[in-house]
Amino acid sequence: MPTDVIMPQMGESIFEGTITKWLKKPGEKVERDEPLFEISTDKVDAEIPSPAAGVLREIKVNEGQTVPIQTVVGVIDVEGAAASAPAPASGAKPTVAPAGTEPQPEGTPTPESSAGSPAPLKDAEAAASKQAASAAPSSAKSDATAPKAASSAAVASASPEKIRSSPLVRKVAGEHSIDLSQVTGTGAGGRVSKKDIFAAVEAQKSSPAGAARSAPPPPPAAGGVQAHAQLETAVPRERIYFGNYDVEPMSVMRQRIAEHMVMSQRVSPHVYSVEEVDMTRIAGIRAKAKQEFEQASGTKLTFMPFFIRAVVEALRAFPTVNASVDGTNIVYHRECNIGIAVALDWGLIVPVIKNAEEKNFLGIARGLNDLAERARTKKLKPEEVQESTFAITNPGSFGGLMGLPIINQPNVAILGIGSIQKRAVVINDAIAIRSMVYLTMSYDHRVVDGAVSHQFLGRIKSSLENWSEAVL
Amino acid sequence: MAEVTMLEAIRQALFEEMERDPAVVMIGEDISVYGGAFKVTEGLLERFGWERVMDTPISESAIIGAAVGMGYMGLRPVAEMQFIDFLACAFNQMTNFVAKSHYRWGAPVPMVVRGPSGGGVHGGPFHSANPEMYYAHTPGLKVVYPSTPYDAKGLLKSAIRDNNPVLFLEHKFLYRRIKEELPAGEYTVPLGKAVVRREGTDLTIISYAAMMHTSLEAAVELAKEGVSAEVIDLRSLMPLDKETILASVRKTNKLLIVHEDTRTGGIAGEIAALVCEGAFEDLDGPIQRVTSLDTPVPYSPPLEERFLPGVADVVRAARDLARY
Repeated sequence: MPTDVIMPQMGESIFEGTITKWLKKPGEKVERDEPLFEISTDKVDAEIPSPAAGVLREIKVNEGQTVPIQTVVGVIDVEGAAASAPAPASGAKPTVAPAGTEPQPEGTPTPESSAGSPAPLKDAEAAASKQAASAAPSSAKSDATAPKAASSAAVASASPEKIRSSPLVRKVAGEHSIDLSQVTGTGAGGRVSKKDIFAAVEAQKSSPAGAARSAPPPPPAAGGVQAHAQLETAVPRERIYFGNYDVEPMSVMRQRIAEHMVMSQRVSPHVYSVEEVDMTRIAGIRAKAKQEFEQASGTKLTFMPFFIRAVVEALRAFPTVNASVDGTNIVYHRECNIGIAVALDWGLIVPVIKNAEEKNFLGIARGLNDLAERARTKKLKPEEVQESTFAITNPGSFGGLMGLPIINQPNVAILGIGSIQKRAVVINDAIAIRSMVYLTMSYDHRVVDGAVSHQFLGRIKSSLENWSEAVL
Repeated sequence: MAEVTMLEAIRQALFEEMERDPAVVMIGEDISVYGGAFKVTEGLLERFGWERVMDTPISESAIIGAAVGMGYMGLRPVAEMQFIDFLACAFNQMTNFVAKSHYRWGAPVPMVVRGPSGGGVHGGPFHSANPEMYYAHTPGLKVVYPSTPYDAKGLLKSAIRDNNPVLFLEHKFLYRRIKEELPAGEYTVPLGKAVVRREGTDLTIISYAAMMHTSLEAAVELAKEGVSAEVIDLRSLMPLDKETILASVRKTNKLLIVHEDTRTGGIAGEIAALVCEGAFEDLDGPIQRVTSLDTPVPYSPPLEERFLPGVADVVRAARDLARY
């Protein structure tokens, strides 16, 4: 019995997803809840478990393609019924199978499957290869060349929405099933005009291949991703393509990051404050407690929970920093939901420690490590990357002395933590060696003023330098 | 028959309606002995006497108020504004009493308010108004703004015979500039009906009053460049002839609206909305406007020339739209 594999809805406001990777090939066995494919959506990347145990019979949506939620992306032959696969009832094109390799009715041994138990698998493989062979030459070809076509298509031709036309032209194109990307526009800026579309209608009528052309256009950019208006190139294209180069479409995550950063810079007037903190005391506490902490709690003791605790305390003292802007309203959040920027090999994500104001040191440390781990293994839930009220990023973990981050909307501030380094500092007119760190804060000057920003950083500094809380 | 000016055509309409119906009376400033500031009512006093051609003090509010009363009492008053700008002095009478009377009391007011409007004659900010949209926006009023002697006469007769109030705008730039031979006999032109002045296929230009002539001249220029413009004369702004507008847009698929009224809140915006609602899928380009600037009408002749849309402005906009 075939079971459809669908594109799941990963969060309320998500309506489409991109398949980034199939973890099983057609014909391969899959267990129920075993990871079957990876997707990328507006909010998160995720591994999607198999809805049933059986054999992956067919992949309907290739890697790189973006489809609406609930779209059937593949078909699994459920275990037990697989022996009969492809049963005529399964609709697996029995008519196209060449004579001699026809699928056998259940229980009838065939030369290949006489060995018994491997039969289902072999049958399925045979079915899969037959399907591939039986597919129309054109589609087989396009499948084979999909990855290459993808990148060139994403660069060369825009998606249909990007073709400049007019309401009239789109109506006529729809009535005559004309693919606008195939019509040469002679209007202003290459716009497909009324004249052009009517010429195309005439050409379609007179051309014997008219029927063929009325087939629906191929899905935009197999393997590609949709172009986004917000990411329009700022300089003319001809100034980008010179010399030798490779072109790769952005991943969905990359596009979201790009959109978000452009939007944030546009919306929020960024101002930057820098503070220097003596971390010697914390470094000592951490060194002393590290082993015991890990043994007792089962989670690592890093510097980050110290910073988060200090930030939460400062946020409660300066609610202006724990806010969002809605038009001319300022929304002061009562929760302190701390977004933590986690660098990934394939991008960046900001999972959120919710209600950090209610958690003790251990709770924060545990939550932080859990979120970071699941971010790296693509196991975050959409709600875990939403509703942050403040964010922390840690360029220091990559050796950065300090960084000036872009605000993570809809927050009004973000804290950057530089690398903790031993420096010579002057204390009571003596030069001492201390573990120092630069804290940078980017804040939205619509809401947060310099005075508040520096007081806020000062509060963090004071908490860290005079740390008194037990870590366990 | 000899050609007559627009001014003469209006005078003929008044004369013929007063002959036809004794209930038709004239009221206004200096309209009797003097014959009106533009001499539109010249000769009416001699023919119809003091009782039917009434001079008033300089009070537009009083003129309109008295006309409303006459309308209630069975007369069909035609009130002249010496310049239509001053109808603003009677804005309360117009919008609260004239316009709402039928609705509130079931008492229609069969009156016409007429007067010279528009710029192009260096009349400055107080004597050049195009106030059509204040009144087109007021439910209960009809607004007519003709561009030819034939239409002026036929529409004024229809307005006088209409049982509800009509604002009849007479573009003073056209008073003596546009001449036309009129039919010998009786005729009327229906309110609320536009007319296609010139057939075309590439784009539609909608206009009225003085700008209709500007648009027609532009269409001649455009034809030399191979652009076929259809020109529609609205004639009535309220009711607006939606059928004619939509039919033309469905044919040419592009629309340019030209008016002498200032840009913001001009009827071009209303027509654009109408077309988007009724013929969006027939549009092959953005709806465009050529209008005067959003300023008072300048007194300085060079400034007024810059302020008013010219043939070159219309040609340029139409050319760009055709190429779009």
